[in-house]
Amino acid sequence: MTEIDTRIDTDRRLLLLAPEDNVVVARAPVATGEKVRLEGRIVTLTSGISMGHKLARRPIAAGEPIVKYGAVIGTATEAIPQGAHVHIHNVKSNYTATISLDGAEAEGSNDTRKRP
Amino acid sequence: MTKLTGYLRQDGRKGIRNRIAVAYLVECAHHVAREIAWPRRTDAHVIGFPGCYPNDYAQKMMERLCTHPNVGAVLLVSLGCESFNRFKLEEVIRASGRPVDTLVIQRAGGTAATIARGQAWIEETLVKLGAAERVPMDISDLVVGTVCGGSDGTSGISGNPAAGSAFDRLVEAGAACIFEETGELIGCEAIMAERAVTPDLAVELRRSVAKAARYYETLGYGSFAAGNAEGGLTTIEEKSLGAYAKSGQSQISGLIKPGDIPPRGGLYLMDVVPDGEVRFGFPNISDNAEIVEMMASGAHMTLFVTGRGSVVGSALAPVIKIAANPEMYARLTADMDVNAGRIIDEGASVDEVGQEIYDLVLQVAAGQQTSSEAMGHAEFILTYKSFEPIGPACLPA
Repeated sequence: MTEIDTRIDTDRRLLLLAPEDNVVVARAPVATGEKVRLEGRIVTLTSGISMGHKLARRPIAAGEPIVKYGAVIGTATEAIPQGAHVHIHNVKSNYTATISLDGAEAEGSNDTRKRP
Repeated sequence: MTKLTGYLRQDGRKGIRNRIAVAYLVECAHHVAREIAWPRRTDAHVIGFPGCYPNDYAQKMMERLCTHPNVGAVLLVSLGCESFNRFKLEEVIRASGRPVDTLVIQRAGGTAATIARGQAWIEETLVKLGAAERVPMDISDLVVGTVCGGSDGTSGISGNPAAGSAFDRLVEAGAACIFEETGELIGCEAIMAERAVTPDLAVELRRSVAKAARYYETLGYGSFAAGNAEGGLTTIEEKSLGAYAKSGQSQISGLIKPGDIPPRGGLYLMDVVPDGEVRFGFPNISDNAEIVEMMASGAHMTLFVTGRGSVVGSALAPVIKIAANPEMYARLTADMDVNAGRIIDEGASVDEVGQEIYDLVLQVAAGQQTSSEAMGHAEFILTYKSFEPIGPACLPA
């Protein structure tokens, strides 16, 4: 595992798309158990994620809008801790429900405990 | 600067390819059409409508596709007892100045005899098309569509904004650009409406997305496949915001429906969701259905952004494949034309990839084959729909 660079505010693999966003997007895979810098804090990831997936930039309350690209992309269905994977298990659409294959969430995250 | 030339058609439009369309008029004639085209499948592409029952939309789409600027001649293949109006279709094609013939399997002596006659017609027609002259063509003669398929969490931050940047350049140069799939603009209606050239058009844009939202609600789920979620997209509105980036920053000049030809250069939204009650199932059952509808509106080629890795091309009009995800690009390099994934892992700018796409559009217009085209991809799908004509507010003068 690479040294944590404390000079930077947020790990370079985590991309903030708009200042008002409460999620960041992984531009490279990040592993479970890895410690990353996120908004000036060091967070241990409970669930690794693949490229293109999202992490909570800060703690998000149940019922709070999820904001990406500076726009609302859904609503949190439970409290989401900082650094946690933000996806179909804790977010719902404000329009139509999302469909997914069984096990898709586990494949998207690198968390092998969830694999069927 | 790439010098463009095209095939001039009677209606003034210019084609970037000179293909033969072999069109089946019911699924029962599909195999025969495919066999006719197969030996010359680079030049002769199979299109068609599978349904046995008449449909105004399908009739209009087939008329538009058979008179598409990239089409130089058409062979219609009918079983003989289907409801499709082959007489009207043949008349429209003949009036466009293109060589056309109709083979009716039940009259021609069945499968083998029809295939033999069809293949002979293709050989004769290819000789005629080979003599066609090319005339100078300008970027403002081009119609370019964009679609995204197999989207993932990278699409909205690399490939789609890069396609949008290419669109901005094309619109600036006078081309007509079409973006579509109103079901994948759900959640973007307010920001999109602000870009309309007139307030009345803004109302129409919002209305088209509201119609899509209502339609998908009736169907029970949105334009969202399982692979989208696996790739990191969580909701339809998240997918929409990423897809919306393909439209770039230009003002929106109009709202068209499948088969409506953009009257001049500019950026157009295509409303692909049927009007009225939900009747024929999903508005776009797969990406090629969208490509076909943009071709019916005259698109010479399509920019196709993919994260998960779609490999499709299209009959008649080349598809430029833009990889959004660098990991996928590494796996499917030969299927891709542009690696927008380098925005993510190499720090390339959206602007420079946008320029690369723009340059490639001109090269493809000048005759360069795209990856899918060179590999013989010529997918095509057309299903039942119904539309009302667009209103006067949709195409402001």
